Amino acid sequence: MERKKVAVATPEAAKEAGLDNDQLRTMFMHMVRARVLDERMWVLNRQGRAPFVISCQGHEAAQVGMAMALRPGYDWLAPYYRDLAVTLVIGMTPKDHLLATMARADDPNSGARQMPAHYGCRRLNIITGGSPVATQVLHAAGAALAAKVRGEDAVAFTSLGEGSTSEGDFHEGLNFAAVHHLPLICVVENNGFAISVPWNKQMPLKDVAERAHGYGMPGVIVDGGDPVACYAAMKQAVERGRRGEGPTLIEAKVARLTPHSSDDDDRIYKPREELAEEKKHDCVLRFRTTLEESGVLAPGDAEEMRAEVMREIDKALQEAEAAPLPSPESAMLHVYGE
Amino acid sequence: MAVTVTMPQLGESVTEGTIQQWLKQPGDAVERYESIAEVNTDKVNAEIPSPVAGTMGEHLVAEGAVVPVGQAICRIEGAEAGAEEGLTVAAEGAEPKDIVAAAPPPVEREPVAAAPAQKEADVAGVATPRDGMHLTPAVRMLAREHAVDVAQISGSGIGGRVTKKDVLEYVQRRDAGEIERPAAQPEPVGGVAARRAEIGAAPPPAQPPAPAPAPVAAGSDTLVPLTPMRRAIAEHMTRSVQTSPHAWTMVEVDMTRVARVRARRREEFKARHGVDLTFLPFVARAVVAALQKHPTLNATWSADGVVLRREINLGLAVALEDGLVVPVVKGADRLSMSGLALAAQDLTDRARAGRLRIEDVEGGTFTLNNAGALGTVMSQAIINQPQAAILVMDAIVKRPVVVDDDAIAVRSMMNLCISFDHRINDGLPAARFLRSVKETLESIDDSADLW
Amino acid sequence: MATMTYIEAIRSAMRDEMERDERVIVMGEDVGVKGGVFKATEGLQKEFGEMRVIDTPLAESAIVGVAIGAAINGLLPIAEIQFQDFIMPAVDQIVSEAAKIRYRSNNDFHVPMVVRAPFGGGVHGALYHSQSNEAMFCHVPGLKVVVPSTPADAKGLLRAAIRDPDPVLYFEHKRAYRLIKGEVPEGDEVTPIGTARVAREGADIAVFTYGLMTHFCLDAADKLAGDGFECEVVDLRTLRPLDREQIVASGRKCGKVLVVQEANLAVSVASEVAAIVAEECFEYLDAPVMRLGGPEIPGVPFSPPLEEFYMLTPAKIETALRKLAAY
Repeated sequence: MERKKVAVATPEAAKEAGLDNDQLRTMFMHMVRARVLDERMWVLNRQGRAPFVISCQGHEAAQVGMAMALRPGYDWLAPYYRDLAVTLVIGMTPKDHLLATMARADDPNSGARQMPAHYGCRRLNIITGGSPVATQVLHAAGAALAAKVRGEDAVAFTSLGEGSTSEGDFHEGLNFAAVHHLPLICVVENNGFAISVPWNKQMPLKDVAERAHGYGMPGVIVDGGDPVACYAAMKQAVERGRRGEGPTLIEAKVARLTPHSSDDDDRIYKPREELAEEKKHDCVLRFRTTLEESGVLAPGDAEEMRAEVMREIDKALQEAEAAPLPSPESAMLHVYGE
Repeated sequence: MAVTVTMPQLGESVTEGTIQQWLKQPGDAVERYESIAEVNTDKVNAEIPSPVAGTMGEHLVAEGAVVPVGQAICRIEGAEAGAEEGLTVAAEGAEPKDIVAAAPPPVEREPVAAAPAQKEADVAGVATPRDGMHLTPAVRMLAREHAVDVAQISGSGIGGRVTKKDVLEYVQRRDAGEIERPAAQPEPVGGVAARRAEIGAAPPPAQPPAPAPAPVAAGSDTLVPLTPMRRAIAEHMTRSVQTSPHAWTMVEVDMTRVARVRARRREEFKARHGVDLTFLPFVARAVVAALQKHPTLNATWSADGVVLRREINLGLAVALEDGLVVPVVKGADRLSMSGLALAAQDLTDRARAGRLRIEDVEGGTFTLNNAGALGTVMSQAIINQPQAAILVMDAIVKRPVVVDDDAIAVRSMMNLCISFDHRINDGLPAARFLRSVKETLESIDDSADLW
Repeated sequence: MATMTYIEAIRSAMRDEMERDERVIVMGEDVGVKGGVFKATEGLQKEFGEMRVIDTPLAESAIVGVAIGAAINGLLPIAEIQFQDFIMPAVDQIVSEAAKIRYRSNNDFHVPMVVRAPFGGGVHGALYHSQSNEAMFCHVPGLKVVVPSTPADAKGLLRAAIRDPDPVLYFEHKRAYRLIKGEVPEGDEVTPIGTARVAREGADIAVFTYGLMTHFCLDAADKLAGDGFECEVVDLRTLRPLDREQIVASGRKCGKVLVVQEANLAVSVASEVAAIVAEECFEYLDAPVMRLGGPEIPGVPFSPPLEEFYMLTPAKIETALRKLAAY
């Protein structure tokens, strides 16, 4: 089984991956939108207007690159709590997420029954997730199984942090998917930390992708700061799945630029120099530089895109804040179907 | 000797098997554990090993037959010593006992040992009612609906409890004209009212007053309305007499030694324990000791049998201005003289102040009535249901008695009078009980410390 | 009408529903080629193929978790856990996920899944093949829990469970598999989830029970009838949601109540039924509400005298009924 590192994003690599300039600009726009929305949510939290935030800053390249290789509304997703950017690519909006952050009744994820970042949207085939980690790997395997039973070529995407790969469900899910040749793509977004526990206290391996061999599937390591590389890796895995060749494990090496959540203070366990170094290689900055250098982005384009996204998010926040809270009696609804 | 082999249970949840093929014909030699037949079930196919060595005898079942687990399939003759004579032996691997019958029973089989089936050590038992007095909600509701005076009904439940069935049958008989309707009484007696009355608490809420019954109060007479306590006492006493066949007997007790000890120790006792040393704790201690020796006096009648109560919870009758109440000293056998004295004083004080709690009047197993304080010398009390007896200690009176064969001395004499339920005890055990109490009191060690 | 055993009825329900609806699949250990360790799924893989009758790896969390995913993506999976004793690794998926998915997605998603498992003792199965742990699931809103006692209900309830839009735990008594035979109606009969069945009418003592104990209670009731006590035996059939209406009706009618279950007594289904009776039948009670259940030991031991100590029998139930009758 292969272990490969895919080439760094270049115009050539982009061409090889089949991405034209428009798609590259879209890719960058998704990343900017994710970053700005994320930053805004932290602001709301630190202003005391939002009780809880959990971030995808540093993961945008990996998430956007991979999500763009999926077919929204057709393929299935069982993401995890950090996958804000994935959901935006698939079709959720900043307003959707702000409704959840502000605990409004019209929150499409859960009607504010769950904490924010518990994504779910039937219309987009994003399977509702709970808080116990890694349970979603089995759900994605099940969705893949159903697709296979019906003879469809849909694939199922699931993602989790490297910490969650210690859970039994991760192992059971990979094993099941491999035995039954399911079109499952399991993405591990490895940022080196499970809250405060570093990767070397989590597993005896540096690379999660090494486990793939043990589960009888290809394991791919990809530079999670390079959206084009991630897109290419995912595209390959998706095609494998659609052809009925079974599951793939992709490990994207990313950086977590914030604490685990708004309830975490990472100064205790993450040296500031390490964080500074990670910020230097911030994937949004990196991609912007690459696109500007290759002329895909003209000078001023990036600022304009950011401003546009800001306006979008300002408007979304206004609408979300004006939206009603759920009624107390509504707590009794939807335990069972009619 | 012959041994009968039965169809074993081959596998969980298997209930029958088919003899596919006999491997041993009548007359063939058979070794122990050697296969004698092939059997098919819907879970496994197996060979049955012989339980003994011998010679194959009669096939009781033909090849192809479907045989329920446990049914005899063949006999093995001339079995070696070691197999018991005439024993029905299930082949190895057979289940030694029950498949309990199911409602539409396909396979039925007697449980092997009756004893385990009867065992109910772990089975949640039904509580026994603490006394027969209380009325369940169902009984109260029916009594209300049918305007029935529960005191008129004899109870068939444990401890003489009036059950729902009793009420319904009573109503049936009444409606059929077999029972005279009592004078108009809209409210049934007892229940919560009775319990509260016992406690001597403030009158219970919402008991509409009974209208004057017809045959009373001619011009010069006075009608005293019935208090809840009065009603409760009336109900209980009537029912007690209707439930227990009362017998009565008494002994005379020479309390002189006790009187001397009391006189000697009174001050010291009061100083150390803060309560008066009356005659009551002496008698109570003697009664408790006697109850330990004569457990049938500390018992309750039930349809299943006489229930010997393990706990000795001594009820002490307290006379009130307008009634009586019987608070209970729990675990009286575990109390010393001072303990009994303190408990008795506390209960009496609280009874007179109307501050008894429900637990204080529940759970009694025997009642002691210190009627002597009132001056009577001989009393015939009514049993406090569902107990077996009630003992009255009447007044201690100095009398001339014959001592040492023919001398006359003045002694402090007290009569101990017992009313007992003749269903539970005959005269002999009752008399023995009294004698135990008497002997204890008359032989008190006047040099002993009272602790 | 056909006469069949309890296990034949279960197999028949699955077969009929798989034929009727191509979305129905079965998955679990040994369910395919072997047909199940008790033969509950015998013949199904032959008839419906490997894609619809799936031999899974030995991983209970996966069996249920994958079934959840498949249910979300349009199938109607029947996940089999080989013994109810082994359901524990799957509890996270059942309780944290399946039970909560409709609620947490605000009705956007639901999980039309059945989890079947054999339970109960009396088969020398010892601590880990004899458990009755259904009570823990009855505690969870979002789940439904059913336990048939007759072949007719085995088929009817499994049909209902398969067609139910929410997760249903279907517990089948392993002792009843071949022991209980009965009439099963032809055609499309469904036993509605949430309804109890009055197995025997009476007015003196209401007996609430389920599973194999239903048959034992009926035996005990017959004995009492000889002495003039008529028991009303109610087979609960659904443990969550309980048929409150029937419980209250029978409780009020009789005034004396005994709740009987094989499972450990404390904090159990019997406790809940007793609470309902106490709350809603208080005015009609002629005796304390009594429960009868397994002793407080962690399981059914192996050696026959130990197993007999644990297991209820018609005789033990009869003793309890007589005590209650005499109260």
